[in-house]
Amino acid sequence: MNNMKKKLLGLPYYIWCAVFILIPLGMVFYYGLTDKSGAFTLENIASITAPEHLKALALALLLSVIATLICLLLAYPLAMILCDMQVNQHSFIVFIFILPMWMNFLLRTLAWQTLLEKTGVINSILQFLHLPSLTIINTPYAIVLGMVYNFLPFMVLPIYNALSKIDDNVIQAARDLGANGIQVFLKIKLPLSTPGIISGITMVFVPALTTFVISKLLGGSKVLLIGNVIEEEFTQASNWHLGSGLSIVLMIFILVNMVLSAVFDKDGEGSFL
Amino acid sequence: MNKVLIDLKNISKSFDGEMVLDDLNLYIRENEFLTLLGPSGCGKTTTLRILGGFTSPDQGKVIFDGQDITKLPPNKRQLNTVFQKYALFTHMNIAENIAFGLKIKNKSKSYINDKIKYALKLVNLDGYENRMPDSLSGGQQQRIAIARAIVNEPKVLLLDEPLGALDLKMRQDMQYELIRLKNELGITFIYVTHDQEEALTMSDTIVVMNKGYIQQIGSPERIYNEPENAFVADFIGDSNIIDGIMIEDKLVEILGVKFPCVDTGFGNQKPVDVVIRPEDVILTDPLKGRISGTVTHLIFKGVHYEMEVTAGGYEWLVHSTSMFPVGTNVGIQVDPFNIQIMNKPESEDEEAVMIDE
Repeated sequence: MNNMKKKLLGLPYYIWCAVFILIPLGMVFYYGLTDKSGAFTLENIASITAPEHLKALALALLLSVIATLICLLLAYPLAMILCDMQVNQHSFIVFIFILPMWMNFLLRTLAWQTLLEKTGVINSILQFLHLPSLTIINTPYAIVLGMVYNFLPFMVLPIYNALSKIDDNVIQAARDLGANGIQVFLKIKLPLSTPGIISGITMVFVPALTTFVISKLLGGSKVLLIGNVIEEEFTQASNWHLGSGLSIVLMIFILVNMVLSAVFDKDGEGSFL
Repeated sequence: MNKVLIDLKNISKSFDGEMVLDDLNLYIRENEFLTLLGPSGCGKTTTLRILGGFTSPDQGKVIFDGQDITKLPPNKRQLNTVFQKYALFTHMNIAENIAFGLKIKNKSKSYINDKIKYALKLVNLDGYENRMPDSLSGGQQQRIAIARAIVNEPKVLLLDEPLGALDLKMRQDMQYELIRLKNELGITFIYVTHDQEEALTMSDTIVVMNKGYIQQIGSPERIYNEPENAFVADFIGDSNIIDGIMIEDKLVEILGVKFPCVDTGFGNQKPVDVVIRPEDVILTDPLKGRISGTVTHLIFKGVHYEMEVTAGGYEWLVHSTSMFPVGTNVGIQVDPFNIQIMNKPESEDEEAVMIDE
């Protein structure tokens, strides 16, 4: 009886889940696996092999992998520094770090557009200093920059979380048994924070791989990622079937990533959500 | 007597302006089981951390085997620590945990394997090589932590309240285990605890500490039977600490009654603290006692009865195997050699410290 009541409490969420997650997902699969006449086909999925689609997928994979790696390299040392700080100090830094996340994602990305433009803020300053101007807007570099900027907190927080759970005594025990600073890092800190790293990778890689906003705003129309291709199929070409088919392909990459992270992070230790 | 292995000289340490250790001097002999005993905040753990190299003293020197190791980092010291909360590496199995120190020293595989076997046997956990730390009980984890430390053949094992997280029965078993280990290994154990019973059971030497000062150093028997001041008497076991006046050598007046005792050299008509252990208070017929009073509390404790007797305006704590019901009039008798006389603390400051506790 009590159990039933508890289940009833979940009802609003289950309805939400069904209406906004399961039904759309079913629709994506329906459109992806049918043609315009409604007959079953694998053509939409197979069209990923078209050169322009493959190119967009490869570029999206490449840029999101690069962005993920940069995030990891920036986030890990930062997370370590945060862990060594006094509580009142680090909560301030974390606050500063999360502050931009309270601003709208689109606005933040638009701001970068303004900064990076040929006549934008950065180039004006460079010109003023008689330095050569920067032309990274509408290039893959700008997209990677946008990805790193937007997704970095999602890398820092799980790693910080995992690192801060490591007991000081464990580090001291390793020192006591003869390990120097590097050995402590390689043999203790790194393995114990792996769940956080995996979780951070997932949380940066998945949105980076599927983004179309960052590439649209910072890549102009010159750099097409798979996300942009899918978006165009839905909005401009009105070909929901092809868009859904490509989405299914993209979903496979995301699922692989999810499975990998589930294997490495069995206890869900690294996730902070 | 074994030779001196560790010498702490004039060690001082303060945290955030608060003095934790004040000019501490202590030497530790080879093959000694030495316990640092005291209430929390007495500086015992700081002393251990200075020995381990995790905290550096503000002043003073740590001499180890004739060499000054004050500035040596923990990984360069010939001693190993067993931490209170085990601090096992949860991402490694038991064998890998034990092998950690040896692998860093680049020992051969066969040497490491032999050592793992030997250490597990020593702590009575053979066959646990492939288990993960999380699957072990607290007592087992602590024994693995000890095994992990001793495979490195340290000259000294530092133990920071290693039994604090275990239940009573396990704690008692581990006490015997530690004594056996120390005898088999023939190395120095430095043990930190706030549990006086643990200290009395295991130690060769007990160092009683309070507020950053050493109160008394001595064998368990000496510390228990001849506490040097009221703090030690109060901290080690139960005791009756009564204001008294030393009339002359071998005669003390407490609660207006003269008691013969065996102490000399305190001077005449001098105020002193008198310590009488509850098991040394003899209850008799009211007429036969030196002082008489009424039993106010009675509790059965198993081995003995614990009673409170109000006599001469003082609540005497009494342990006795014979029972006197509440309300009984009794006489109190104390054998002269069971009366321990101590000087009063000299400054008011010191007295305040005592009352705090």
